[in-house]
Amino acid sequence: MVVLLLLLIPLIGACFLFLYKGDYRFASNAALRVSLASLLVMGARLFYWNTPEMLTFSVPWLTSLGSSFSLRMDGLGTMLSILTTASYFLLFWYLKDRSIERPATFFAWLLLAQVGMLGVFLAIDSLLFYFFWELALIPMYFLASQWGGVRRIPVTFKFFIYTFLGSVFMLIGILYLQSKTADHSFALESIKKIRLSSDQQSWLFWLFFIAFAIKLPVFPFHTWQPDTYEESPTPVTAILSAVMVKMGILGLLRWLLPLFPIASYMWGDVVMSMAVVGIVYASFLAMQQTDLKRLVAYSSIAHIGLMTAGAFALNNMAYQGLQLQLFTHGINILGMWILADLIERKMGTRKIDSLGGIAQQSPTLTIFFVIIALANIALPLTNAFVGEFLLFNGILATPSNYYWVFAGVGGLGIIFSAVYTLKMIRAIFYGEVNAITQKPIVLESHECWVLSVIVGLILFFGIYPQPLLDMTADFSKELFSLTDITSLFRKS
Amino acid sequence: MNALLVSAILGVLLMLSSVFIKNKSYIHTLALAGLAGLFMLNLAELNGWLLFEIDLKGMLRFDRYALVMNAIMLASLFFYLLLSGRAMEKVGPHYADYLALLFFICAGLFMVTGYASLLILFLGIEVISIPLYILTGSDKRNLKSNEAALKYFLLGSFSTGLLLLGIAFFYGARGNFSATVSVDPTVVGSSLQLASLLLLLFAMSFKVSVAPFHFWTPDVYDGAPTVFTSFMATIVKVALFAAFVRLFEDTFSLQFSIWQPWVAGFVVLTLLIGNLTAVFQQSVKRMLAYSSIAQAGFMLLAVYAINGDSKEGLLLYAASYSLATIGIFAVLSHLQDYTFDGFNGLAKKQPVVAASLAIFFLSLAGIPLTGGFLAKLFMIKAALAYQPWLAIVAVIMAVVSVFYYFRVIQAMYFRSADDQEMMPEFPKSFPILLLVTALLVVLLGIFPETLLGLLYF
Repeated sequence: MVVLLLLLIPLIGACFLFLYKGDYRFASNAALRVSLASLLVMGARLFYWNTPEMLTFSVPWLTSLGSSFSLRMDGLGTMLSILTTASYFLLFWYLKDRSIERPATFFAWLLLAQVGMLGVFLAIDSLLFYFFWELALIPMYFLASQWGGVRRIPVTFKFFIYTFLGSVFMLIGILYLQSKTADHSFALESIKKIRLSSDQQSWLFWLFFIAFAIKLPVFPFHTWQPDTYEESPTPVTAILSAVMVKMGILGLLRWLLPLFPIASYMWGDVVMSMAVVGIVYASFLAMQQTDLKRLVAYSSIAHIGLMTAGAFALNNMAYQGLQLQLFTHGINILGMWILADLIERKMGTRKIDSLGGIAQQSPTLTIFFVIIALANIALPLTNAFVGEFLLFNGILATPSNYYWVFAGVGGLGIIFSAVYTLKMIRAIFYGEVNAITQKPIVLESHECWVLSVIVGLILFFGIYPQPLLDMTADFSKELFSLTDITSLFRKS
Repeated sequence: MNALLVSAILGVLLMLSSVFIKNKSYIHTLALAGLAGLFMLNLAELNGWLLFEIDLKGMLRFDRYALVMNAIMLASLFFYLLLSGRAMEKVGPHYADYLALLFFICAGLFMVTGYASLLILFLGIEVISIPLYILTGSDKRNLKSNEAALKYFLLGSFSTGLLLLGIAFFYGARGNFSATVSVDPTVVGSSLQLASLLLLLFAMSFKVSVAPFHFWTPDVYDGAPTVFTSFMATIVKVALFAAFVRLFEDTFSLQFSIWQPWVAGFVVLTLLIGNLTAVFQQSVKRMLAYSSIAQAGFMLLAVYAINGDSKEGLLLYAASYSLATIGIFAVLSHLQDYTFDGFNGLAKKQPVVAASLAIFFLSLAGIPLTGGFLAKLFMIKAALAYQPWLAIVAVIMAVVSVFYYFRVIQAMYFRSADDQEMMPEFPKSFPILLLVTALLVVLLGIFPETLLGLLYF
């Protein structure tokens, strides 16, 4: 029932806001309350409602096709649902006092996207998964195209076409799997029972992987991402990079790895090479950027690259680190986007060259920025450190022969990320004060609160990550038992 | 059988009605009431209640599939008349005659969905075609309309010739016109039978505008008055597809291995030509003409893979494609500017119309939560049972279709109108009716079982 509530609350909120055209104040308040309700339901799920009946929901739907409307919240789903509800709440809180054109529609689309993403995180029926996968895409397309920058129309269309192309390949894979199941059903449980030869696994692997790789995005499928992040309005970019890219990782963890473990091992080297090339490539590009949003966009590609490499490490440690990183990366990048938005809004520009010396005028903002940026480069005592540490440990223990290459090149990425992040901090906050940065940035109280909560989360889970690790332990263990290469080869 | 007879009678009634009824809106209401009656009679027949007891002598066979198809066509036609009925008045002075012709075509449609003898198939196709030639040329002062009618007539007669020759060979091989399977080995392997199979395949491909027999379609659809293009591209097309499926499912089922590669080739050609050409169109009407070719490629998958999935898929396809295309054409007939720019800024001025149009285009592109998605899903699933590469071509072409369908969505939502004067005015009830049609398309995408369930109980 909790899972159904989590989908229904934003859906009702979205319908209400689509029909009711209020002013900004009204719309943002309504959206904030809806997101608070989702967050409270999520909180209640963590502490009270955690019986299996509360965490699953299933009704027959499209029975002639063999599909049902089935949702289940496991450890991974819990982690991502917390991330989604928390990100939405923080974002809407931050957006309390702004002016956006046609606000009711704007918030309605965002809430509809939340329905889509939560559905992706919770669906355990492959056709339902595909439904939600597309449902999350449409609102993002409309948001970015209607409220975005000058080049928004071609850029977001490229984003749409890319993602759609990836997902239709996945659809073919899903239909093929359905035809192989014993009971002609789309349910994950039935699909897991199919015995596939390694050839079948291989091409199914690519049908699914392309969809996830485009969503993540992994090099060389990333070309839509920097443009889209730059041209979208920053709140939309924040949701795209904090929550939506996690759909790709979820796809890997819930669908790709457990369904095609042998192909994942066979193609693991290829995918990990793509991932680490992407890390280095994106890091170099990030160093060259003069636009704050583009810089954060490229840094996000580098982080996602590391997470993808971790997924294909195929061991328990990497899975644990990866799932922790899903949450921490989401929170940290959300903080980065909020800060980027603050600077752009108050300074009127996001060109790094034309900023400088903000630290002298507004120390509070500087403190927030430096902590969040350091968390982004995974400094010890920040939340990202734990996740990346586990990821590297996992990559070093991967069954692949080239583990030291992947770990080494991935490690370079961490150093590069320190280079571009520190360079950015220096360029924006230190140096000469110029005409643009003369006036101090005064943070509103709610903006201060949002940033404090993010910093609080960063420090708390940097020091005490255990609750999050406990939450996903069962899922990681189960996933590892399905993808453990040594035992798989012993069996066959 | 109920609907077939009554629709012919209604046609005659409507033809005479213009003599007695001068008010066009009364005639419109009369036609709508007639359609509602036909729909009820058709439903009654689904439940086994017949208006007349006639010995059909094996010429017609109304099974559940044919009746459900008829119900879909009648419902589509009802929405078509609701949405486009007023726009028909602008075509020319003979309003009642147009409606009468529509009802005569209806009788033809029921013949082609329910034929059991190739003679009835031929008769049905002619009953459909001849009124369509007239309707295509009904905008008499418009040169393009005249040209389209002539082109349609000449090429249509040519393909009817092929059809007739095919039927003649068929008679030569079997000694009868019965559209059933013949297990006689001398018939199955005979060259006459093979020749008739190919001729019928080509003729039917021509009628449903499948490549390489599609050349008439863009010009005819573009030249014909928009309201009638809408009718031709939707209801007529899906009825002919039902006939196409019936012919190859029953009559030629034993020659499966001969015609399946041909059909696969036609599917690929149609999808490629329809989609790739549609991308480069400047006029929305012409784009829709090519899109109808592209969609025919998907529907042809039902002929290619004759199985349960594909037959159910064709029903869903018929319903979602017809409703969506009828809705789009209904809006188009109110616009002055048929280019993509004509839709600029529509979302600001007419939010309900724009939202409905967006749903129609999303459905045609095959985005989930719309009927179009499930229809494509059924087709791809059916094709996957034989050839994975055919399914892959089909989904890639579905992605290509996004390029042209989304141009309209982009124009409506993301661009603003340069000239507020050019904005169309719609009748008061029009946006609501359009929204109802759009909601039906969405419902088909969420609860297809209500429609498909009609097939089984």
